[in-house]
Amino acid sequence: MSIKNMTKEKNWSGQKLVSTDYLLFEAPREKHFMTGSEVLKEAIKRCTVDASVSYPITPQSEAAHLIGELWAEGYVGLYFRGENEFGVMSEVQGCAMAGARTVTTTSGPGTLRAMENFPTWSGTRIPCQLILMARGINSPLTIQPDNLEVSFLLETGCMIWYAENVQELFDMSIAAFTVAEKPDVHVPIITAVDGFFVSHTREAVMLPADDIALEPYDPYAAPLPPIDSEMPPGRFLRDPFVMKSNYISYATHASWQWEVRSAVERSKPYARHYLNGLVHTTGEENAELVFVACGTAVHQAKEGQRELAKLGIKSKVVKLRTIRPFPHAELLEATKNAKYIFVPEFNVVGWLDKEVRTSLYGKSDAKIVGRPRVAGGMSMPAEAILKEVFENTNLKGA
Amino acid sequence: MSVDIYKINPEFRDIMPQEIIDLEENATWAGESVEKRGINDLTDKKEILEEHSLCAGCPEAAALRYILAALPLPEETIIVNSTGCTSLMFPHIALHTVHSMFGNQNAVASGIKRTLDWRFPDKTKDVVVLAGDGATIDIGLDYTLQSFFRQEKITTICFDNEVYANTGGQESGSTPKGQVFKMAPKGKVFDKVPMWELAVTSGVAYSVKLTASAPKKVAKVLRESILIAREIGPTYIHLYTPCILEIGLAANEGLWEMKEQDKDRFDDFKYVSDEAADYLKKCKKEGLL
Repeated sequence: MSIKNMTKEKNWSGQKLVSTDYLLFEAPREKHFMTGSEVLKEAIKRCTVDASVSYPITPQSEAAHLIGELWAEGYVGLYFRGENEFGVMSEVQGCAMAGARTVTTTSGPGTLRAMENFPTWSGTRIPCQLILMARGINSPLTIQPDNLEVSFLLETGCMIWYAENVQELFDMSIAAFTVAEKPDVHVPIITAVDGFFVSHTREAVMLPADDIALEPYDPYAAPLPPIDSEMPPGRFLRDPFVMKSNYISYATHASWQWEVRSAVERSKPYARHYLNGLVHTTGEENAELVFVACGTAVHQAKEGQRELAKLGIKSKVVKLRTIRPFPHAELLEATKNAKYIFVPEFNVVGWLDKEVRTSLYGKSDAKIVGRPRVAGGMSMPAEAILKEVFENTNLKGA
Repeated sequence: MSVDIYKINPEFRDIMPQEIIDLEENATWAGESVEKRGINDLTDKKEILEEHSLCAGCPEAAALRYILAALPLPEETIIVNSTGCTSLMFPHIALHTVHSMFGNQNAVASGIKRTLDWRFPDKTKDVVVLAGDGATIDIGLDYTLQSFFRQEKITTICFDNEVYANTGGQESGSTPKGQVFKMAPKGKVFDKVPMWELAVTSGVAYSVKLTASAPKKVAKVLRESILIAREIGPTYIHLYTPCILEIGLAANEGLWEMKEQDKDRFDDFKYVSDEAADYLKKCKKEGLL
């Protein structure tokens, strides 16, 4: 396998190169039945990926094995197991800085071990993709589904998208490369799913054929030159401004960080296109009772919505598909008739509840209730949702 | 050819600083020079290192000048750095360089090297890691050794000044036993970490310990290590560049300190694997050394 086998029409593995629009919206699809880990392999297979670095941690290990198989099969350019997640994310940074379309996966404690890398990724403006299969964080020791780790990533300057199910993981992880690599965006993207609930659950999914794949990444369209000695300037700086104590150095650092966050905001039009909107809503459009959620909590909220409908209570579910950038306008629009907003979450801190409150502060009169909150691997049955609704509203079933 | 990235757009030539024009006109790039680059160029050629911001008389600055002058293929060389005194010099190097974080330099370099080999299968791209003893041996030991285990084809250079100098003089793993530094107010209680030996145990094809007292020797070791890293496997250079500030020497005393240590903690250590030794012989025959 060599990059030299790539032509204008085909990538190095012989797949026909197509646009993201064609791959996501136009190519005929067939029904398959697979887990989140398996569907990720199918997505990466169709993305002309140059590089992937892996490390074992439950529940993302299988996805990482399967990307390795893609390398062995000739679809992914380079692949190896790193020494630990801090090393892996540094290796990913090296790959991406040198001009590779790069993907990796991690979970829970691995995410925290790698933490210093994420703001460094966004600061170096690399468009790599991290597939995050969220799990609990120690202590006590846990391997169960829980998305507390996402709260640690919110201010890293990386984009964060959240997929509800296996199908969304497939479509999002393809769109993610395209949006992250836009020259006016060009920041890392974290595509999150709830571990086990998505990574290990088999669902029906619609997939395009596997003989087509995304156009390759063009590092020479990046806002910063790739580290390959092929593009000017030969020297990037003249002075080590970060080490100096003067206004210019402070202003440089501050404006750079603002620019990273502006770049994340600039991804919105692209994300609206490729994701068919930053939020999706289901249920009664004008309901006074609204659930705002992401990931599999959306799925549970929808079940709650159906149960409530049986009791004659109208409700609506607002699924946030991007967390960074946060869909402020879409959330405000979707909750404009709300009297009650519930934010069901799979963690103890209620990070999404805080996000929703911050976003709607001064703009909505709705009572916001950050419940139910389950964690540590507990499930969120519809009954738990209904119980919170009845305890915190004056809504009564027929 | 990558040397083209140093060519100035004629439209902008009149506003270019002299140092940039000099890089185009009077630096030695391997691609265009018939003669071998080397430290002799330091006298009359444009250096790849512009003025630096280290202390006056710092041996580390001298060592970096020798290294940059001796790179066999500078226009195809990526240098990966870590946090420390060296990161003050890095922005002054006219090559593609990376400062990522503290300690992860060999991991970043691994990703860069593998990607460049993937993207440019017909080109030689050298990746060199250059970091201090704190970065190489303490906070980054895992990543240093793991890159050796994985046989990453990179050259790792440790500028050992036996102290965390940039943060104000704290004990490092590379500090000799008994030395009083900050964070070791009663003197360091364990021995200097023999990194050059750990490198051999960890699978490098070439490991050398030396001081920067003899420029030509530094240049020779650097060329050998880069050539071996291209073909055979990881190489390691452990270079003594004393922190004259922290051990209380004057600006003109660094050289004498290195000469002293040539006979003591930095007496000769050179390991060359059989395969690397054969390859060096071949390089000599072909005129690469």
